[in-house]
Formats: sequence, C-alpha cells, structure tokens
Amino acid sequence: MQDLLYFIQQLINGLTIGSAYALIAIGYTMVYGIIGMINFAHGEVYMIGAYTALITITGLATLGVAWLPLVLLIALICAVIVASSMGWAVERIAYRPVRGRHRLIPLISAIGMSIFLQNYVHLAQGSRNMGFPLLIEGGFRFGAEDSFQTSISYMQITIFITTLICMTALSLFIARSRTGRACRAVSQDLGMSNLLGIDTNKIIAATFVIGAALAAVAGLLLGMYYGSIDPLFGFIAGLKAFTAAVLGGIGSIPGAMLGGLILGVSESMTSGYLSGEYKDVVSFGLLILILLFKPTGLLGKPEVEKI
Amino acid sequence: MLLLEDIHTHYGKIEALHGVSVEVKKGEIVSLIGANGAGKTTLLMTVCGSPQATSGRVVLEGRDITRDKTSDIMRSGIAIVPEGRRVFPGLTVEENLHMGGFFNTKAEIRKSQQHVYGLFPRLKEREHQRAGTMSGGEQQMLAIGRALMTKPRMIILDEPSLGLAPLIIKQIFEIIGHLREEGITVFLVEQNAHQALHLADRGYVLENGLIRLQDTGANLLANPDVQNAYLGG
Repeated sequence: MQDLLYFIQQLINGLTIGSAYALIAIGYTMVYGIIGMINFAHGEVYMIGAYTALITITGLATLGVAWLPLVLLIALICAVIVASSMGWAVERIAYRPVRGRHRLIPLISAIGMSIFLQNYVHLAQGSRNMGFPLLIEGGFRFGAEDSFQTSISYMQITIFITTLICMTALSLFIARSRTGRACRAVSQDLGMSNLLGIDTNKIIAATFVIGAALAAVAGLLLGMYYGSIDPLFGFIAGLKAFTAAVLGGIGSIPGAMLGGLILGVSESMTSGYLSGEYKDVVSFGLLILILLFKPTGLLGKPEVEKI
Repeated sequence: MLLLEDIHTHYGKIEALHGVSVEVKKGEIVSLIGANGAGKTTLLMTVCGSPQATSGRVVLEGRDITRDKTSDIMRSGIAIVPEGRRVFPGLTVEENLHMGGFFNTKAEIRKSQQHVYGLFPRLKEREHQRAGTMSGGEQQMLAIGRALMTKPRMIILDEPSLGLAPLIIKQIFEIIGHLREEGITVFLVEQNAHQALHLADRGYVLENGLIRLQDTGANLLANPDVQNAYLGG
C-alpha cells in the first residue's frame, strides 16, 4: 500500500511537470512544423512570460488587489500579451529577414536573439533568484496518518486543468478554425498556400505568437510551482521542452503533448526511485533510445514523398 | 486579359527566360508548348510573381502586377493548377477546397463547392478523405476544383495531364474545354502538345527561354516543324 501511494505520488508530480513541458513544447513543434526550423529563443520567451507574470502579481499586490482569481487572470493576460509580442518580434527580427537562406543562418540569429533576451532580463531584473509567491496553497492528502501520504496540491491541479484547457482549445483551433486550417496547409506546402493568395508571413507569425502565448501560460504556472525564477529559468525548461517535442515527433502537436508527459513522468520516477541527479541522464537517454528505434519520434511521420 | 512583355526571369544568376512576350485574350484558351527545361513553368510562375521577372512587364486586366506580392496577385482573379498538382496531402478533399475559397464568405464557399462537386462528382464521394490517399487523377481534379473555388476569371494550368492515364487525360481536357464555356480564360502549359493544341485557340512554342513560334492552334498542329519536334513526326 505504501509503495503504491509512493508510486502514485511520483506519477502525479511527473504528470504535473510534464503537462507544463508539453505547453512549452507546442511552441517548438508548431514552428518546426511550419518553417522546418527550431526556435531557439522560445525558452527565453517562456522566461519573459514568467517574469511578466511575477511583475504583474507584485504590482497588483502594491495596488491592493487581493482577490486571487482576479490577480491570476490579470497576471495571465499580461504574461500572454508580452510573451506573444516577444514571439512575434523573434519571428520578425531573427527569422523573416533571413528566411530562405542557408538553414544555419536563422539558427544563429535565433541563438543571438536568445542571448540578447536573457541578458536583457539579467540587466533589467538582476541575476538573483526572485521569489514567486505561492498563491495557491493547500491540497488533498491520501493515506494513513503515520506513514507515507500521497498529496495532490491545488497548485498541481491548477497546472493540470489549465494545461488541459489550453490543449483542448489549441486542438479545436487547429482542427476547426479557418486560420488553423491555413496553418496546416502552410505546414504541408508553403509555396502552394502562397499561390492560393494566402499571406504565408501572417500564418508563420501566428504560429510564433500561439507558441509564445502557451509558453507564457507555462511560465506563470511553473513560476508559481517552483516558487522562484531567474534569468536562466528558460534555458533548462526550453531544453526539456525541446526534448519533449523531439521525443513525441517534432512537427506533431499530439506528439509534443505525449512527449512532455513521458518526459515529466520519467524525470519524477527517476528522482523518486533512483536519485534526483540522474533525472536528466534518464530523460536524455530515453530520447536517444527512442530516436534510435524511431528516428521521427513517437508520433512523427516520415516526410511525405511528393510526386 | 494577360499580357507579358519582354519578360526576363532569373534563377540566381542563370537567366531562364530571355525576353518572352505572350498575350492571352479574354475568353481564349492559349496553350504554351515546349520541351523539358524550355522555361514553361518559369513563365507561369513569373505571372504568379514567384520568382518575379527581372525585367519586362506582366499586365493582368490592364494592371501592372510585375512587382506585386504573390499572395496579392493570386487574389486578383487569377488561379493556378500547379505542376505536380500540389494538393495538401494531410487535408481532406473538402478542406482543400476551402483553402481555395479562403477569402470568400461561407455562403460563396458553399456555392462554389457545389459547383465543383457538379463538375467532379468523384470529389463529392471522397469529400472527407485525405487528399494524399487519392489517385493521381483524383488529385488533379481536386487541384482544378481548388483553383475554381477562388472564382477566377483566368486559370493557369501547368501540365495537368502529367503522369495520368489516357482516359483521365481525356476527362481533364473535357473539363478544360468546359471552363471556356463558363467564360474562364485558360492559359495551358503542356508537353502533351497534340491535345493541348487541339483545344487551344492560339498557341506558343517556347524553346530555351524564347518564343519560337506563335499561331492558331490548328496552324501549329499543321506546322511541319512543330510536328517534327513535338508531335512525334
């Protein structure tokens, strides 16, 4: 019984962190799906989302706004707006001017963008950790009083539900809406979409913006979950989310969701049963294993052969 | 309708068209024939603005579109059925058609869609099937249907018969003839010179980036040079 409770606890922790990874991974996978390139500044967009949320929450506290749902909602909206404009700017500055050139060029300009954003935050906000107030406290506990108890915090539930809402909204948007259909068309044949009169630049910008908005949601959630942020906050998370996207099959949205969850669970299981220091070894080892046997990732499709 | 004046087009440093002039009048079917690598596709793509002509003018319905963006050109009453069809493989037949009618209202889309299904009943049967799973002929019908969804006044077809069975080719050419009856101007590029010239009001022969001959379709069919080079003697 004890063992089972312990296992469930690791599973819950893993799914929580994994669903946040998945939110970030969507940004990588959508951009890759549409222009075939990795957005290396995505982790920084996520970090800026977290900072914006923190600044908003602090600002609201000084103003005396205390009603929690309102605070969270305003913080979320601000984070999404700032991060989305960041995503738009990254596309406009680092990708569009060099699109169609050699693949390494946008890669380098995106890395430059990432270094710039990181250092900008260093300068503007300082290098030290900043405490993120734990706004959502408490939770449920299961198990006998005197032994191991499984706990699900309200924070974890919030992360899980928010992610679920975002994923459902995104899936519906991609499957049903006019712009979503255009996103799919552009990712399958950009030139042909252009020949149908579609302004492909707008669609590409839209994928950067959508990815950035989801990353900002993750920034707020994980900032609160971890309790502190710093300018390097986006680096590791970005790396993990990128791994999740590749694991699930880069370019595939359900793949990014699945990859995030697998990565999160494997990390927490390693921390729980082996040691926290091995969690990165296991998750990147898992990536290597999956790529060895399925080079396109779990849900990735091989390139469609065009006649 | 469409006027190309002394068009030069480059791919990087290589000049693919060395001063081509072509005119397509309203309501006509004009065929452009030529061997592989003559620059036929380049000529069509220059009309669409990708790549843009380095010099010369492209005039559509009296308006100079030489320097316009591709997406703007393709919204001004012209549609293309490109080489290799290029339907969106992961989208259903219906979604492909809706991409064609992207800028129309829902009511217009519904109407155009019924019209396309009328022309190609096969597409109606395959409405919810992914385009990538269909045969070449069905994909070609879809590519034509998608172009028609934009309600074009002029349609450009690049090698619509390529890689298709003779029976399907016959159907495709019937449809092209039908487009003229609907008042749509047709600019057709074909390697299948015989059928293309039969159908055409006028034709052009493109060789190494230059127009060698231009005449009515019937005269070109009777021309011994054309017969030797493109109609297998």
